[in-house]
Amino acid sequence: MNVAVAIPDLQPEVLIPAAEGPAPKRIVVAYGFWLFLLSDIVMFAALFAAYAVLKDGTAGGPTGAQLFNQVTVAIETACLLVSSYTCGMMSLAVNSRRRLTTYFFAAITFALGAAFLGLELREFAIMIADGAAPQRSAFLSAFFTLVGCHGLHVSVGLTWLVVMMAQVATRGFAPSVERRLLCFALFWHALDIIWIGVFTVVYLMGVIQ
Amino acid sequence: MTVTRYDRAPGDTSPPAEAQAGEAAGVLVYSIGLLLAVILTAVSFWVANTSLLWGPGVPLGLAVLAIAQMGVHLVFFLHITTGPDSTNNVLALAWGVLIVLLVMAGSLWIMANLNANMVMSPELMNLHMQH
Repeated sequence: MNVAVAIPDLQPEVLIPAAEGPAPKRIVVAYGFWLFLLSDIVMFAALFAAYAVLKDGTAGGPTGAQLFNQVTVAIETACLLVSSYTCGMMSLAVNSRRRLTTYFFAAITFALGAAFLGLELREFAIMIADGAAPQRSAFLSAFFTLVGCHGLHVSVGLTWLVVMMAQVATRGFAPSVERRLLCFALFWHALDIIWIGVFTVVYLMGVIQ
Repeated sequence: MTVTRYDRAPGDTSPPAEAQAGEAAGVLVYSIGLLLAVILTAVSFWVANTSLLWGPGVPLGLAVLAIAQMGVHLVFFLHITTGPDSTNNVLALAWGVLIVLLVMAGSLWIMANLNANMVMSPELMNLHMQH
């Protein structure tokens, strides 16, 4: 059966494809990765909501105020913030194709990220040794899920950074390598944004109550 | 002939053509961001530990400081700006913020409502669960 469809008079410019064609791959890739990061942040929002709902369910176990060490949190925060800055410096070095500067700032970023992860694992180990393991209470389950998920992202980021430096070493600043470095920088900055939520909602608000 | 205007890739300091020239400006942008972030973080830690401020207002103050710092990171580190070449990035961000607000506010609201409607008060329930 033929169906005749009346096509209304469309504005001519709607039908003519853009003369310049689709956007360059760099922009499309970075935009797609930006969408992924936003959905990752939505996942973290669910974990934050679970933590906020369960934080008073201590079941007689230790509370946040008894467990959290603000000095450790401050050092972790400083590590991640400065590593975000050095990651930005690395992006600038990549843009101007300076390989040694890229390695230099990547190394600092990696060292600070590793220091953050080491402090976090040490904190987890001390808590578990003190009987504050994830299975102790709903509060601790939510705490380890939220903070552990962020820590897992940081370790993925560190692995990614090592892989990217190996690619820069073997392939130079090829367009594909440059796109991945842009995505890595977005990922690393987004992790720092999530950490702002973690140190505010979990640690600082946990200490004042 | 109109000038080709693509959206800016999120994370890009400037359009690729200006990348070479904008190195010093790029360092300045990241440095301003770092300075603002350090100030906001320090104020957050001070607010949580001082006894000078009215107690019940402290969590709200911390939330405001955290949101401000997230804004600083978005603008100075991720370079999500209000420029016409960043419209798609900002719209995607707005969608993300909407979902985050719905998930968090919705969960807290529903769970607080359920708690309020329980026969046993939340404190009693927590006590009850310990035995």
